[in-house]
Amino acid sequence: MSTVEALSCQEIVELVTDYLEGALAPDEHARVEKHLAGCTKCDAYLDQIRMTIRLVGRVDATSLSAEAQRGLVEAFRSFGTHT
Amino acid sequence: MVEFAADDAQLVAALRAGDEATFGRIVDEWSGSMLRVAQIYVSSRAVAEEVVQETWLAVVRGLAQFEGRSMLRTWVFRILTNTAKTRAQREGRTIPFSALRDPARVPEPAVDPDRFHEAAHARWPGHWASPPTRWDTLPEERLLGEETRGVIERAIEELPPSQRAVITLRDVEGWNAEEVRNALEVSESNQRVLLHRARAKVRKAIEEYVEET
Repeated sequence: MSTVEALSCQEIVELVTDYLEGALAPDEHARVEKHLAGCTKCDAYLDQIRMTIRLVGRVDATSLSAEAQRGLVEAFRSFGTHT
Repeated sequence: MVEFAADDAQLVAALRAGDEATFGRIVDEWSGSMLRVAQIYVSSRAVAEEVVQETWLAVVRGLAQFEGRSMLRTWVFRILTNTAKTRAQREGRTIPFSALRDPARVPEPAVDPDRFHEAAHARWPGHWASPPTRWDTLPEERLLGEETRGVIERAIEELPPSQRAVITLRDVEGWNAEEVRNALEVSESNQRVLLHRARAKVRKAIEEYVEET
């Protein structure tokens, strides 16, 4: 294990999503953790990605117009019950 | 999970009983992400809106046949992708399915390579030359303010359609990876590639905004 070459920061930024998704093999996961523990810069990058995820969670995807929505509810009503 | 299934059964029961408020609510809540999924397949926002409306009409007509073997949302999104694909064919549009099937074919670095030392660097190959700053030291409203929200919304709008759909379902709507995989019919690894690129671009947009003077 100790003979495995350490990951560079440039490699780490490409592994961040797999890391957060728990999609890395155990040894790869351990290499990423080891790098993060010793690299404040990559740790800051990971923090930025986590914050990005949080901030994206606060936006809304623009829905259909109110008019289109009303039309659909009307269609639903005119279709009657659905059993 | 069990609770979720119970919620789903309640939802279906309410719709079958003709509960307009419930129908109106899910139309409002789901249509935003449905539009973004439709836009993977069709050429414009306007056509995507038609696809989403057509989907809801098919849902209304098909509710009685819905067997509850999948979640209602899964079923609705399956109708959506089928409707969108049919529409795309009619438009004579050969869908850039490769964007879903093989996103890794074209490499897209998460961070500008110029921000790292070259691989041949004597001491720090591939290490940060221009490192990211810590955002947790920024005044909170800089990140949480209305302007930042606008920056993020624009960044998402500007993403390629497949990346936009994945980040919308995962990070805006909070779906899990498997649900997204099923809805978009993408492999697990392609789903992650698309999510990775989408998040990286939104991060970059936030970085550019918070670090400008």
